[in-house]
Amino acid sequence: MEHFFSLLVRSIFVDNMIFAFFLGMCSFLAVSKNVKTALGLGAAVIFVQLITLPVNYLLQTKVLAPLGLEFLSFILFIAVIAGIVQLVEMVVEKFSPSLYASLGIFLPLIAVNCAIMGGSLFMQQRIVMDPADTQAIACFGDSVAFALGSGIGWALAIVCLAAIREKLEYADVPKPLKGVGITFITVGLMALAFQCFSGIAI
Amino acid sequence: MANKKNEALKQPLWVNNPVVVQILGICSALAVTSQMKPAIVMGLSVTVIVAMSNVIISLLRNTIPNRIRIIVQLVVVAALVTIVSEILKAFAYDVSVQLSVYIGLIITNCILMGRLEAFAMQNGPWESLLDGIGNGLGYAAILIVVAFVRELFGSGKLLGYQVIPQWCYDHGYLNNGFMIMAPMALILVGCVIWIHRSKNKDLQEK
Repeated sequence: MEHFFSLLVRSIFVDNMIFAFFLGMCSFLAVSKNVKTALGLGAAVIFVQLITLPVNYLLQTKVLAPLGLEFLSFILFIAVIAGIVQLVEMVVEKFSPSLYASLGIFLPLIAVNCAIMGGSLFMQQRIVMDPADTQAIACFGDSVAFALGSGIGWALAIVCLAAIREKLEYADVPKPLKGVGITFITVGLMALAFQCFSGIAI
Repeated sequence: MANKKNEALKQPLWVNNPVVVQILGICSALAVTSQMKPAIVMGLSVTVIVAMSNVIISLLRNTIPNRIRIIVQLVVVAALVTIVSEILKAFAYDVSVQLSVYIGLIITNCILMGRLEAFAMQNGPWESLLDGIGNGLGYAAILIVVAFVRELFGSGKLLGYQVIPQWCYDHGYLNNGFMIMAPMALILVGCVIWIHRSKNKDLQEK
């Protein structure tokens, strides 16, 4: 149980998908102009991550590893992600039109979000780690914790950036730096702040 | 026609660079640039994969049903990435360990999907090949510039060789450890964009 929580906290703050691994940067930079849409995309990422990562965990441990087919993992993982995203989109559309209206446009984007694929690939690396390591994923529960943590970490990052960018609208930024340039530097400074968390011993 | 082919190769290198203008493929561009060697390997892998997948998709472009094109594109790219990753594991194991998950993440690199959707679906195989090489090299160029600065100031080395002489250290020069850390990659790319936009005024935002 303790491992579960340390893995969760670690993957939100210390191993933050954006600030430590730069995963999911493209949509992070493109969809962070205002807080409301950022929240929507963040929620969609948590949702999809929570479903795909445990499924890929089961696929890796129960199918690929026993059969020695690990070299197929890239193709299978991306197929699972693309398939599940499509499925989630259809289910949400059918049962909760209001949720679909707010998440709908983001779901197809997520299939090619590196944070989702990256989560699955990190999971693959962490299975073989020493179980005492706080990063290790030793059982199904751990993979859920990692999925939840990395999703929340990503959502937290995009909401923070969106809030900063809303304020930046009124700032007097040098012309060539306007838009993407200043956003990169802002993210760099935020990443610096997040480096503080790496000192925490969990 | 010859002019168009030339443009397909040259445009992405500077004027329409995939990283600093189209803002595609940022994730891996930032993560692998703390040293020159992985940056070069990554740049070359992406160039090969973009060029080959562009050719394959452009050959198949008239047979792929429009509704499932994304899945077909993903499968072609995933297959190519698997091949490159296995080759790297066999011949350059230490680099492949250093690049860790980022080789697998070429699959979700937006440059690939972007070029396949925007170029290979409409153009013939030869133009697509040139476009792929151009975009791959444009991506590699940014990676190498960022990695050059980070490795030189971060550890005083280039490609693993010491270039800042020992007497500098004896006189109190210190490596800037901040350069090796993750946030600096973001700030450096921000600066590259700054320089690029001040040279290309029409890209500046109002």
